[in-house]
Amino acid sequence: MMDILNILLSESFWAASLRIATPLIFGVLGALICERAGVLNLGIEGIFVVGAMCGWMAVWLGAGLWGGVLVAALAGAFFGLLHAILTVPLGLSQHVSGLGITLFATSVSYYTYRTALPNVSSPPRIEPFQPLDLPVLSDLPFLGSVLFQQTALTWLALLLVALVWYVLNRTALGVAIKAVGDNPDSVDAQGLSVYGLRIGAIVVGSALMALGGAFLTMSAFDAFFFGMVNGRGWVCIALVIFASWRPGKALLGALLFGAFDALQVRLQTEVGALVPGQVFLMVPYVLSIIALVIAARSADYPRALLTPWFKGQR
Amino acid sequence: MTDSIVLKLNGLSKHFGPVIANDNVSLTLNKGEVLALLGENGAGKTTLMNMLFGHYLPDAGSIEVADEGGVLRPLPLGHPQVALASGVGMVHQHFTLAENISALDNITLGSEPLLSLRRNRRAARRRIEGIMAQSGLSAPLDTPVGRLSVGERQRVEILKALYRNARILVLDEPTAVLTPQEADTLFENIRLMTDEGLSVIFISHKLREVLAFSDRIAVLRHGRKVGEMATSEADEKSIAQMMVGAETPELAGSYLTPGDPVLTMSGVSVAGRSKRDTLTAIDLTVHAHEILGIAGVSGNGQSGLANVIAGLVRPEQGLIKVDGVEIASPTPAKMVRAGVGRIPEDRHHEGIVGAMSVAENMVIERLKDPEVQSYGLLRREDIQDNAERLSKAYDVRGPGVDAPARLLSGGNIQKLILARVFDLSPRLILANQPTRGLDMGAAAEVGKRLLNARARGAGVVLISEDLDELLSLADRIVVIRDGELHEAPGRDREQIGLMMAGEPA
Amino acid sequence: MIRIELRQTQSRAFTLGVPILSAVIALGFAAIPLLAAGANPIAAYAEMFRGVFGSVFAFSEVLTRATPLIFTGLAAALAFRAKLWNIGAEGQLYLGAMAAVAIGSGVLDITGILLLPLIVLMGAAAGAAGMVAPTYLKTRFGADEVVTTLLLNFIILIFVQMMLEGPLQDPMGLGWPQSAPVLDQGMLPPLMERMRVHSGLVLALILAGLAQFMLARSVWGFKLRAVGENAAAARHAGINVNRSLFGVAILSGGLAGLAGVSEVAGLKGYLTADLSPGFGYTGIVVAMLAGLSPVGVVIAALFIASVFVGADSMSRAMGVSSFLADLVVSVSLLCVLVGGFVARYRIVRASTARAVS
Repeated sequence: MMDILNILLSESFWAASLRIATPLIFGVLGALICERAGVLNLGIEGIFVVGAMCGWMAVWLGAGLWGGVLVAALAGAFFGLLHAILTVPLGLSQHVSGLGITLFATSVSYYTYRTALPNVSSPPRIEPFQPLDLPVLSDLPFLGSVLFQQTALTWLALLLVALVWYVLNRTALGVAIKAVGDNPDSVDAQGLSVYGLRIGAIVVGSALMALGGAFLTMSAFDAFFFGMVNGRGWVCIALVIFASWRPGKALLGALLFGAFDALQVRLQTEVGALVPGQVFLMVPYVLSIIALVIAARSADYPRALLTPWFKGQR
Repeated sequence: MTDSIVLKLNGLSKHFGPVIANDNVSLTLNKGEVLALLGENGAGKTTLMNMLFGHYLPDAGSIEVADEGGVLRPLPLGHPQVALASGVGMVHQHFTLAENISALDNITLGSEPLLSLRRNRRAARRRIEGIMAQSGLSAPLDTPVGRLSVGERQRVEILKALYRNARILVLDEPTAVLTPQEADTLFENIRLMTDEGLSVIFISHKLREVLAFSDRIAVLRHGRKVGEMATSEADEKSIAQMMVGAETPELAGSYLTPGDPVLTMSGVSVAGRSKRDTLTAIDLTVHAHEILGIAGVSGNGQSGLANVIAGLVRPEQGLIKVDGVEIASPTPAKMVRAGVGRIPEDRHHEGIVGAMSVAENMVIERLKDPEVQSYGLLRREDIQDNAERLSKAYDVRGPGVDAPARLLSGGNIQKLILARVFDLSPRLILANQPTRGLDMGAAAEVGKRLLNARARGAGVVLISEDLDELLSLADRIVVIRDGELHEAPGRDREQIGLMMAGEPA
Repeated sequence: MIRIELRQTQSRAFTLGVPILSAVIALGFAAIPLLAAGANPIAAYAEMFRGVFGSVFAFSEVLTRATPLIFTGLAAALAFRAKLWNIGAEGQLYLGAMAAVAIGSGVLDITGILLLPLIVLMGAAAGAAGMVAPTYLKTRFGADEVVTTLLLNFIILIFVQMMLEGPLQDPMGLGWPQSAPVLDQGMLPPLMERMRVHSGLVLALILAGLAQFMLARSVWGFKLRAVGENAAAARHAGINVNRSLFGVAILSGGLAGLAGVSEVAGLKGYLTADLSPGFGYTGIVVAMLAGLSPVGVVIAALFIASVFVGADSMSRAMGVSSFLADLVVSVSLLCVLVGGFVARYRIVRASTARAVS
């Protein structure tokens, strides 16, 4: 017990939690925006891969770190647009389209990677984002050193939580997005474009998802590997439900998840002899399922989620 | 009231596939006038207004709307945004409100620049409060709309249109969800607004309210305008003729002595998710040879009652007996086996599996029947023969028994359900809004079948929002309100109306 | 002005034409990545064709590759028919494979002719078990089965790795994370000499035929179709929707489990953690290409297996990444989706001029 307490009180533990949570924050926010507008985006897993691959490759080709971030976001937006066209004006199954996008985006990424680097056994490394030393903030006790270890992308993720919250709750655009996810007719009757809002939300949401992927290759690691996303996208889909589609709770969910993940790594070194390591590896996925089950019944689903809307049919 | 024209519809036509919804309809609307658009269900009233509002694109015809200076200008068709900007506001039958945002947000939705980072909610609130004071319409502005009552939601809908400076307001069946008394208040408010220069078209199929509240009446039938007159010159009988075409068939059955109880519910309670499917310790008895009418404003527990009798919901408390036999923890299958025939409220959603064939839909309630299957395999020829026989007996028309059921028209889907239900000679029939959305002929057919079943000795529970239908078919009327049942002492329309509204009768 | 209208009827030509056209478009699309890789597309297509039809062995490889895809394709098709989104065939496949090696590698003292049927049955049961939990969570708690089955795939794969480094590890395997081999009596017999195609294919074909028949002709199939097309109406008509869902969940999981059995006991002989290159996910594409028809699954599985086998041999000959096959498969899924839209709706051009005049 003492061990766990020691871990929980250590700065490095919370720094690690925040680091693990960062890609999830991007992903959950992205999925949240899509679903608030009424569209499930199961393309998330593949869009993570695309973001990871494109961001890293752009940097490797000399685009600079922020150039890489931009390329990743644009790549994510592109696949989001594809999903949006299939599910919004065409009204096709959001499940199947999303899975199709995941398969497509993943295979495009892998094929591009293999074609660009046909014969390498280990990928070339880039110089990733470095921890950001902000004056004043970094000097705060405890919190300062937790935050001090984070890169600019983590700061960006935290900033986006606030921004998404502000847009959803304090702007006309946010009201319209929430309305289109609840009852598209309400938006249509007021002369706003249901298609425009939904497509826009999916494109922006997908760009955020891709940033989650980019974090993996440009901040958490320094290169692209096959299978590196490893279900993080799906975890985000579960966390959105856990978060009841609220940005603040999404942050909380991602942090909790990060904390559990960081904890399991540390526990593994403590009690690794007693339990096979794989048990710990399962923990994040099991936790996601538990979170989903807890939240599912009481979840306040956007009422129009999964339901296509066609102009002139009511 | 001035006589300047604010709206002209010129020869509008619209068809959906082979169905002609509107055929060369022309209308004018004067400033400050209440024009009633009267017609049976399916006469094309809503389609006409949807063209005006830009939801549908007409196949032919044009629309002119007066601008603020009173000059008629052609309205570009098929663009709700343009219609809104030209001062046309529409309150749909199914409210177009987002339930997860407040009334204020619903009202201002679409009127602010989307990409601005700030909103001026205070100015918006002041303006809405001004409009509320002027029109007499009031609703809580900050509560999520999902928690408002039906009447409040309707007022939010109207406020939405007024906030957009609507000079022409279209109300599609505004009283369908209101008690008679609430409806009166609504019409008083409309009067207040027309005095301020608003022009109103209200769509209805209820003759009484049209005669009481409009200035002018236009009657639609089968998509055509068949008559138009000032309300002061209107004659109830002739308008009814115009609406219906032929004489209304006389339905009401002769008196029959009620037999033994076929359905007894005592102390049945259901804690539903909302008011519409909650029941509070109800007692109900239906006898053989009896049609029991359930009257009430929609959403007062009708769904809960129907769900229990259909076996879809297991009540938390209480006892249900069909034909004297207790049904413990009812399921739909148990109810069917006990001899309950169920005509669901939403025939598309609960009545048929649209993608499956007409023949399959006709046996879907009897999959254990040896006529339908042996050793778990479908007897396809028998299923086919059964469908042919029922189609003939119940006049189900469509592209054939092998075609997907969704290809049938609404009336024929209802006939399919009637065939499936009545062919099993049920002891008890639950008919939930059985004539909603049907044309007069099909509705009369439903009434005839129910009366025949009653004559045969079945008991019927008829749930309807149409008081006229209940008065013409039911032997006895019970009012449902807030999940409780109250026996109506007589057949007095006014009194039943008051009971529906919850006023002491 | 362009509008979208629901077609009243759907022609048979469309039902058959859409998947075929999608496959052709997806193959045609492959020219872009081929060009990007600097390969001559025509030569590449020729190489792929040779890799599929060039010899009896080549085609037998297609059949071998198609076998697990028929199983996972059926798993997806049946579940999707009931609108049960089982995306967990990948995990269920591994469960089936684990059961096969657990029983078949001599750990349990069962030998003789009973062994093979037992392996098949227990493999199916293990796969089915993997689908019961998500279905329970869905019907009891409303937890989206898409997410739970997806996450279970990861959990099960980690579990497999754990088993392969633990109880199931081959003691003679020099420490490699692999299981002991399935005994000879437990192996699905090969169909042709010196070829890898095995009798798992026969089992897959029989099950596809059976599924097709039961879906159309049995009360079970009737209920499944009703539940999938309109659960509310099915429930109202007295069909026990949850029971139907559990029934199809068990079948779907069982079929996916058989894919694992067939790979282990028909092909590899032992279990490793890289047994499946995503057969579970590819099965979804197979099912969609097949329009969720069991017989269609067989044809779609053959097509997709051809793409994989052809791309492999093309990749060896021309040095283009074999991820090309995954690209073609995913594009064909997206095409068939759009094709399904074209078949169901028609786009009507309403002339604005006429409407205004």
